[in-house]
Amino acid sequence: MRANAEVTRREFLQAASVAGAGLVIGFHLPSRPRIGAAPPPSEPFAPNAWLRINPDDRVLILVDRSEMGQGVATALPMLVAEELEADWSKIVIEFAPADKAYINPLFGMQGTGGSTSVRAAWAPLRKAGAAAREMLTSAAAQTWGVDKSECRAEQGAVVHPASNRRLTYGQLVAKAATLPVPQDVPLKDPKDWKLLGTSATRLDTPPKVDGTAEFGIDVKVPGMLVAVVARCPVFGGKAAGFDAAKAKAVPGVSHVVPISSGVAVVANGYWPAKKGRDSLGITWDEGPNAAVTSASVSQLLTERAGQAGVVARHDGDPDAGRAAAATKLDADYELPFLAHATMEPMNCTAHVRADGVDIWAPTQFQTGVQGLGAKIGGVAPEKVTVHTTYLGGGFGRRFELDFIQEALETSKAVGAPVKVVWSREDDVQHDQYRPACVHRLQAGLDPSGQPVVWTHRIVAPSIMARVFPQYVKNGLDGEAVEGGVGMPYAIPNVHVDYLLTDTGVPVGFWRSVNNSFNAFVVEGFIDELAHAARKDPYEYRRDLLAKAPRHLGVLNLAASKAGWGSPPPAGRSRGIAVWKAFESYVAEVAEISIAKDGAVRVHRVVCAVDCGPVVNPAIVEAQMQGGIVYGLTAALWGEITIDKGRVKQSNFHDYRMLRMADMPEVEVHIVPSTDTQGGVGEPGTPPIAPAVCNAIFAATGKRIRKLPIGRVV
Amino acid sequence: MSPITFVVNGKSRTVSVAPDTPLLWVLRDTLGLTGTKFGCGIAQCGACTVHLDGVATRTCVLPVSAVAGKRVTTIEGLSTNRSHAVQKAWIEEDVPQCGYCQSGQIMAAAALLAKNPHPSDQDIDAAMTNICRCGTYQRIRAAIHRVAQGA
Repeated sequence: MRANAEVTRREFLQAASVAGAGLVIGFHLPSRPRIGAAPPPSEPFAPNAWLRINPDDRVLILVDRSEMGQGVATALPMLVAEELEADWSKIVIEFAPADKAYINPLFGMQGTGGSTSVRAAWAPLRKAGAAAREMLTSAAAQTWGVDKSECRAEQGAVVHPASNRRLTYGQLVAKAATLPVPQDVPLKDPKDWKLLGTSATRLDTPPKVDGTAEFGIDVKVPGMLVAVVARCPVFGGKAAGFDAAKAKAVPGVSHVVPISSGVAVVANGYWPAKKGRDSLGITWDEGPNAAVTSASVSQLLTERAGQAGVVARHDGDPDAGRAAAATKLDADYELPFLAHATMEPMNCTAHVRADGVDIWAPTQFQTGVQGLGAKIGGVAPEKVTVHTTYLGGGFGRRFELDFIQEALETSKAVGAPVKVVWSREDDVQHDQYRPACVHRLQAGLDPSGQPVVWTHRIVAPSIMARVFPQYVKNGLDGEAVEGGVGMPYAIPNVHVDYLLTDTGVPVGFWRSVNNSFNAFVVEGFIDELAHAARKDPYEYRRDLLAKAPRHLGVLNLAASKAGWGSPPPAGRSRGIAVWKAFESYVAEVAEISIAKDGAVRVHRVVCAVDCGPVVNPAIVEAQMQGGIVYGLTAALWGEITIDKGRVKQSNFHDYRMLRMADMPEVEVHIVPSTDTQGGVGEPGTPPIAPAVCNAIFAATGKRIRKLPIGRVV
Repeated sequence: MSPITFVVNGKSRTVSVAPDTPLLWVLRDTLGLTGTKFGCGIAQCGACTVHLDGVATRTCVLPVSAVAGKRVTTIEGLSTNRSHAVQKAWIEEDVPQCGYCQSGQIMAAAALLAKNPHPSDQDIDAAMTNICRCGTYQRIRAAIHRVAQGA
């Protein structure tokens, strides 16, 4: 697909060199290598740089978000195509370059994350399609000498029913390109949608079933070398000494280059580069983290839980509420570091030259890549071309720039294009991990079992403190507490506080980010309250969510579809959880059994989601399934442990992944909704761990307060 | 580095590389067949699955010296124009998400169905051990059953 799109782009540029040969909506497509040179227009809906229509009727849509499986390369084109009245079979896609025109309005940078893509594109991409449709319709009306109101756009053409005439968009582009771009074209009434809300087939499926989809690791450019990097196994350590001659003795190895993160061994392919790397005989200055262990991290976090934190939410009088409570509950919860383990290991290809920089990367952060290329290349940002490939999984890992920096530094040092490729061991041991954390919970119930107080202390390293420190104010990382502050249950006295605690282990964005731990804690502890109140855990939640209609909607739907209230199949138990993340609401019911050896088997997950207006239900379903698998893998087995400052796990044999035989049957039910739109890439993940653990409690009476679950004995 | 000759997608190929080079890297770096993917390097994930004399084989730990004289089929050689029944079913079920593991999944499924045209769910569980981090397992299972129903 990408290869086809590249051809399309070249053809387009040739066509565009003839005035009026193609219809370009927005600013002109920058040609290589001068990407980003054209400033975007400053109109209210300025970033409408997504659409090119070719004379041969192909409609090229520039996808300005990274396709990492979540479906943006289909969902974003659907937004344009709906208003454009395009023929879906004529749509081709290409990934947009780094450019101000493509800045994510919800981020202020060009990046993909936070389940923002459809929400951010919902208005501007439809407006871009609508404006083009109006120009094409006007062009047809003028060609025929009829009133525009007598013409209609449909299926990639404009028709004039009165005279039974028809011109395809390709036939109209030359004339349409001479017309002014209309502003504020009204968007279609949702009842007239033909494409939005349907399970249109994904545009990226064909190249993903025949091996032609180009991922970052597949990039090959003329003269390219391949590098494998030796990095200190201890976080923050540096190379002390190495034997370049030993690495160079491997046939195919051409260079040994010290870089910021370690030592790069450069060769004519991955295998010689890796053999060279492994024979460097490298020694390390391990630095200040050499004594860190999982036990020391746990001890630090637990000790800190005894201190008062920075207040993130305070309702009523929690101390008085606690003192007066008839029943008091106390619990500590703990979660481990987690690696992302995208299927495609980290990689990046860079070519640093005196006159500019090219970077080919599976990245979630194009403007970050461009800025780093400018800094290391010593050139202006507009001299840096970012070629985004397909991403073999992202999950937040590819928002980082560590692998980009390695390729830039190595290319600069050797004076040739270089592809840096990480091994799986590199990937597991040099990640930025989902934060490990400890949570201290306290609650009190009145004599009828109603909760009167809830306090939640979050002790965790901060992702923002490393990535965007300006968002940490007075010791409070607002992201880290988001789900805890958002605790939706009607309780009069609430206190949530936070202790930012660095452990020496780098932390990063991991699918659903801080929701991944706060959901486990909040939805586990509310289950504890229900049990203490001798109430059904679904009904207890339901009654406390009377004023939270969207939580309630998904909770009721999931419970109903799961058959809550009727006995589960013999030997099985059910647990439930509900969570809001990224403006979407998801409830999940897990149906589990426990084998004699304590292994937990999840048989069925019923998921209800309210994400507001839906672009493509099949993609929503896939994202819920995928989010559940990601969260379930972590809940059952996921744990990165540290010893002597090093990650102990190294590959899939000791960092276990869920496979086909472990896969539950996942049913997804979508709540019809015209309410505020939410994302779908991440919200499926948070509820699964608590739903499963609540089911384990129902089965055994054992409350899981520490992940991973492992075996229940 | 004495030359090693084997058949890839119907054509005889001769390569001169270190004999311990895994077939995966010969396919990707030497022959330019990048549809076969690198996932783990220890035969755990299956992203590198090809057919070796018709048998689904993980190539990241298979030295190219062991392939001399054998017949290799990669995702690029499975069909022309995505016409293999497994590829068609994958498209109909819209299986891939990120897509990175799917070449290996498709090669594993094609080998399973060639041997067992009507696999049970248990057969699928046993044969389809490739890792998919996006969690497409449910659609993979549906696509395999779809092929079986059409067989």
